[in-house]
Amino acid sequence: MADQSLPAGQGIQAGHGSETALDRTSAHGTYLELVHSWIVTVDHKKLGIMYIAYALVFLLVAGAEAMLIRIQLIKPHNDFLSPYSFNRMFTMHGTTMVFLVGMPILFGFGNYLVPLMIGARDMAFPRLNAFSFWVSAFAGLLLYYSFIGGVGLSGTGSAPDIAWFAYAPLTEKAFSPGHTTDYWAIAILANGIGSIGTAINIIATVFCMRCKGMTLMRIPLLPWLYATMSFLVLVAVSPLTACQAMLLIDRYLGGHFFDTQAGGSAILWAHFFWIFGHPEVYVLVLPAFAFANEIIPVFSRKAIFGYPAMVAASVGIGFISLGVWAHHMFTIGMTSFGNAFFTLSTMLVSIPTGIKTFNWLATIWGGKVRFETPMLFSVAFLFQWVIAGLTGIMLSVSAWNWQLHNSYFVVAHFHYVLVGAIVFMIFAALYYWYPKMTGRMLDERLGKWHFWLMVIGFHVTFDTMHFPGLLGMPRQIYTYEPDRGWNSLNFIVSVGGFIQAIAILIFVYNLIHSYFRGEDAGPDPWDAWTLEWATASPPPVYNFAIEPEVASRRPLWDRKHPEDPDSAFE
Amino acid sequence: MATVPLQHGNRDTEWKLPARGTVAMASLITAESSIFTIFVVAYLYYLGTDVQGPHPKDVLEVPWFYSACLLSSSFFIWLAEHAIDRAKMAAFRLWWAVTILLGLIFLYGTAVEWHKLIVEDHLTISTNLFGTTYYSLVGLHASHVVVGLLMMLFVMIFSLMGAVGPQHAYRVKTLALYWHFVDAVWVVVFTVVYVVGR
Repeated sequence: MADQSLPAGQGIQAGHGSETALDRTSAHGTYLELVHSWIVTVDHKKLGIMYIAYALVFLLVAGAEAMLIRIQLIKPHNDFLSPYSFNRMFTMHGTTMVFLVGMPILFGFGNYLVPLMIGARDMAFPRLNAFSFWVSAFAGLLLYYSFIGGVGLSGTGSAPDIAWFAYAPLTEKAFSPGHTTDYWAIAILANGIGSIGTAINIIATVFCMRCKGMTLMRIPLLPWLYATMSFLVLVAVSPLTACQAMLLIDRYLGGHFFDTQAGGSAILWAHFFWIFGHPEVYVLVLPAFAFANEIIPVFSRKAIFGYPAMVAASVGIGFISLGVWAHHMFTIGMTSFGNAFFTLSTMLVSIPTGIKTFNWLATIWGGKVRFETPMLFSVAFLFQWVIAGLTGIMLSVSAWNWQLHNSYFVVAHFHYVLVGAIVFMIFAALYYWYPKMTGRMLDERLGKWHFWLMVIGFHVTFDTMHFPGLLGMPRQIYTYEPDRGWNSLNFIVSVGGFIQAIAILIFVYNLIHSYFRGEDAGPDPWDAWTLEWATASPPPVYNFAIEPEVASRRPLWDRKHPEDPDSAFE
Repeated sequence: MATVPLQHGNRDTEWKLPARGTVAMASLITAESSIFTIFVVAYLYYLGTDVQGPHPKDVLEVPWFYSACLLSSSFFIWLAEHAIDRAKMAAFRLWWAVTILLGLIFLYGTAVEWHKLIVEDHLTISTNLFGTTYYSLVGLHASHVVVGLLMMLFVMIFSLMGAVGPQHAYRVKTLALYWHFVDAVWVVVFTVVYVVGR
């Protein structure tokens, strides 16, 4: 076995054979048995798909909430939503997008791809994996149950209305009577437990389950970045879990952690929340980088430029991001040393991210670029990520931040990151790996429609959104006076939002349509190089019939080009 | 598609990966440490800010004996690890039982301390900031002791049933790692609450 490289043919030949057909005809039992098989599964691929499906459902829900917000703000003195409903909508939009869309969809891809890419048969702890998923799913349902069961300010059927950062002392019993805040806190707590479980699992998988020959410097960049992201989850999501416990102690046991009337500190909550909140951005964006690291080389037909620098930069981003949290708190008031420290540490982040950006550009440079949908989204990501980074540097300067804090400029900045970078790369990843997961290609024509509408809608919304911010429009207001000069800007922002909504509906249609009618993908539709493309699409339960063995970073390149293998250069 | 004969050199003999249990436990400990850090920071942040008593220096007594029990349990669990490594199951069960006993004594100490604080000093979690931070930090640690004891108790029961053998040495050591962590955290909590905070 020593001189055999990959289990060649296993995927390639089985592509049109029995293994591809296996999953699609797996309804050989009743529907009940099918549902049962998904509920009890510990297979990383099924759990990954469940994570992604769960996140996509919540993406639609939170997207609908965003639409309601935009309808309310489309003109001054609008009364489409009451102020109370408006508060609930932006709270639920933010909380859902971060905890029930962003984290689960990225964990879903991690679950699905990490074992395949490192040539393993499953995660290190399959049952922990299932546990983490179901705890997270429970958290999402619990949060949304508050719409029915939460007793808020205005009777039964309410939702949290404390904003996604839930500043104290608004969350205390005195100011948030009823149970909606409890639903929020317990949902975040449960979600945190699920996230920590998955993070432990991913770290253990990446370091302990690699196939033969896959040294640390040969792991594809995606598992590397997922390991970094998981480390961040361990040290950043845990504090959030801890401060939800404190909040619950305050609310249920009469504690005073954040109870300002009894000497508790609202600022402490802000620190604790942002100690989580800022690394959280990197928890979300590192997987987006990971997708770009896999997609851009394949569609540029070149190996990734500067692999070691990419690894170092990713780990560097992880570490630096732990020391920047108070840039969310400049207006709370700090010493000049504090202001200078957090300004400089925040600017420091731009060094490793700059390294990554230039490495992606260098990867594309001189490549034979194929502009298929995944690559289109990746190019848009590069462009938007740079702009998001630039407004980020603007906001990191404390003096500038004092002017613009909590304005729509900030909202535009972080939506540039969260939508322009992360959501775009999630779409790229779905177009790229959907064939692997289902065995069918997504429709390319619908994909182009989706991309162009999305990119136009995105820029109409979020480019424009910077300006009401510069003109002084604060975030989280339910309406505004007509004489502020924000009217037409807000109208344009809302119109852009609807364009994005149409794009996403096209995408959802594409997902469903292609599942039944899509072209057969075969095991390796993109002519890619990492191990997940060495097996059938969708992969069999055991992933690889023979455990693969690798000798370079691009094992499939070695197999396809025996005359010029990568392994000769390592 | 041809299979490429790739040069694998001498890796066949030396392909070793870290053990997943250890890596996972280390990750869990990292996460738990972050949680404890937040509670310790809250304790220190609110230290001495109470207007109304009781204050730490009036009511807290240093639990020397119970702390010694907990910290020494790390030594006895190490003896147990040593014993199972050498397949001496009787010795393993003895040292394991001693560890559990010491953990229980520590918990009893916490219970006695809390009873005194609540009944004599009228300090509860809602009395003042000291009460809130003290009970949550010490309680967080105590809850970890409880979890550790429960897991060790399972091992003890299985061991008495004869279901734990030398082949489980690795799992036992992974569990012991958690217990060492619980002990190490007590060093921090002890320093913060009874040395710095008093």
